[in-house]
This record gives sequence, C-alpha cells and structure tokens, in this order.
Amino acid sequence: MNAPVKTDWPDRLFETLKRGRVAQVGYVPDAGHARLIERCRADAQIRDVVLTTEEEGVAMAAGAWLGGNRSALLMQSSGVGNCVNMFSLMRTCRFPMLMFITMRGEWEEFNPWQVPMASIVEPVMKLCEAEVYRAREPDEVEGIAERAVQQAFGDERIVAVLLSQQLIGKKVWTK
Amino acid sequence: MNGQRLDRRAAMATLLAGRGDDLLVVPGLGSTTWDVAALEENPRDFHMWGAMGGAAMIGLGLALAQPAHRVAVITGDGEMLMGLGALATIGIQQPSNLAVIVFDNAHYGETGMQPSHTHDGADLVAIARGCGFTTCLDINDEAGLADLAARLKDLRGLLFARVAIEADDPPRVLPERDGVAIKERFRAAIGVRA
Repeated sequence: MNAPVKTDWPDRLFETLKRGRVAQVGYVPDAGHARLIERCRADAQIRDVVLTTEEEGVAMAAGAWLGGNRSALLMQSSGVGNCVNMFSLMRTCRFPMLMFITMRGEWEEFNPWQVPMASIVEPVMKLCEAEVYRAREPDEVEGIAERAVQQAFGDERIVAVLLSQQLIGKKVWTK
Repeated sequence: MNGQRLDRRAAMATLLAGRGDDLLVVPGLGSTTWDVAALEENPRDFHMWGAMGGAAMIGLGLALAQPAHRVAVITGDGEMLMGLGALATIGIQQPSNLAVIVFDNAHYGETGMQPSHTHDGADLVAIARGCGFTTCLDINDEAGLADLAARLKDLRGLLFARVAIEADDPPRVLPERDGVAIKERFRAAIGVRA
C-alpha cells in the first residue's frame, strides 16, 4: 500500500501568504486551489476577489501595489494564456506579481484540451521575464512559496510557482 | 447614438476641478490619459500607456488597498469594453470608494475613429447596473456632469457613470512615459511602502 499523499500543502501555503502580509487574493475558481481559496475567504484580513478571467487579477495586483498592498493571484495553467498582454503592465512598471498556478494537462490528464496551454506555461512565463519555480512534492511547496514571496515583493518581480498536477490529483470524470 | 455630447477636455476639467489630495485617478489607455494630462501632471494619477482593459481592475486593487482615498477610474468606451468582466467582479466587491467613469465617444479614437460597440447599441450603463453598481448615471449635459462632479467629491458607494462625449481628437498631451517613474511617484505621493 502506498503512503497516503500529504494534503496539507494548501494550508502551509496559506500560512506563507499570511506571514508574507498578502492582503488581497484574486482567483478564478479552481479545484486544485479549492482549499487555499477557502482559507483566504475565511480570513478577515485577506480580501478575496473572485475574478471572471485571470488577467483581471494581474491588473488588480498592480492597483494593490500602487495602494501599498501585497497581493497574490491563484489560477490554473490555462489562465496563464489569458494574462499575457496584461503582464506587460507588470514588466513596464516593474510591479510585483505573485502567482500560484495549479497545473493541468500533464500527469494522468484525461482531457486533451488542457494540454496545449499547460505544455507552454513555463516557456511563456519565462518569455514574460517571470521567475518560474515548480513544486512537485507536498513538502517543497512551502519553501518555494517563501522564496517566491520574498522575490516578488522584495525585488518587484513577476514570480510564478507552478504546482504540479500530482500534488492535486487527477480529475474524476465518471462518478 | 444620437443626442447631445460633451467636450471631453472640458468635461475632464469639470470632474477634476478642486479634486483634493484624497482623490486618486486611474485614466485608461489612450485619450482619457491625454485628457487628464492636459489638466496637469499629478502624481496621484496612474497614467496608462498600455494594458488595455485593465483600468477598472487597477482601480479596484487600489480602492481596496486605500479605503481612506477616493478612486476614480476614468476611461474610454473601447478600453472598458475590453475588460467588461471587471464590472461583474467589482460589483461583487462593492468598494464604497470607487467610481468607474467611461468617456464614451462610441469610437476607437487611437486607431482611427472606428465605431465601437457602444456606437451600435451596447449599453454600458445597463451592463453596470446589471453587475450591481449601486449608482449608475448616463450623462450627456452640463447639469448631469455637475451632478457627477459633486457625487465624486462626496463619494459614498460604488458609482458608474457614462459620459457621452464628442468623437473628436484633441491634440495629444503626453505625460511621463516611464512606467516605473509613474508608479514610484504615485506611491510616494500617497506615502505607501512595501
């Protein structure tokens, strides 16, 4: 029997955001981020903002920083494509942009429509001059997130943390 | 789209006359940025040279971060149309210190005056109302503009206004172009640190 997969990484990621004084969290509803979103919604000091599309969260992060707030943007891999032009705002003005991206389309993915965007997330983010990190194991999420918080707000950079699909599990299509 | 329309530069001057240090302005890409710059280059304005479709959401992030300030997003119909989902997002958040004002000339002024969706029927006021903006105004005369200016000075609740303006192309007045400089002077002006 396999060891049970650790599932507390979203809680540790939440605590990292709290320690990092993140005050606004934008997100598009996402199964992989469900627990983290739930924690943010329950926290009185974090303003959670549900978005209609991920690029809204990029612009919101710029506004938040103009007003002195740290923010984070949660999305799945398909959302990266929606953001590309808005990243020009972050690069031109050197705004901090902290992103946590749950990956679809890679590990035991049933839906081939998820693959094209997921397969280019890393090169696209690098072309946008983001620092890109990938967490594959539950125990490495927190450390990578700590680094990402420091780099995004300390250096005013775009930082993308990719959360591999094996952290999240495969989507169940038949019930 | 018939009816009276206002002069954009005069309308901007009316809205921002005696604005007060607690008013932060996010003009959208293009003509509204030139309109704001034509009045003065104020560090409390975040001039936009790009990021089309982003003005309203920049306004939301700023309004949530600075509840003691009033935030006015003043953008064009084309810029607003590119990010209509933002109105739904803002409607849910209901910041009481945010106004989204659209200077609607029913055309894409920066690209050669091609007609926009509002030219042929898209109703931004109805969309904003449907998204939960508590006050929605449709303005095409001086009395309406004066009312909007008064409401902006004493902003109490989420406000949307469409201001019908003439589809002309006044001389461009170009503000600072360096995004880092615009950002840094804005943050310094309102005294925020990371």
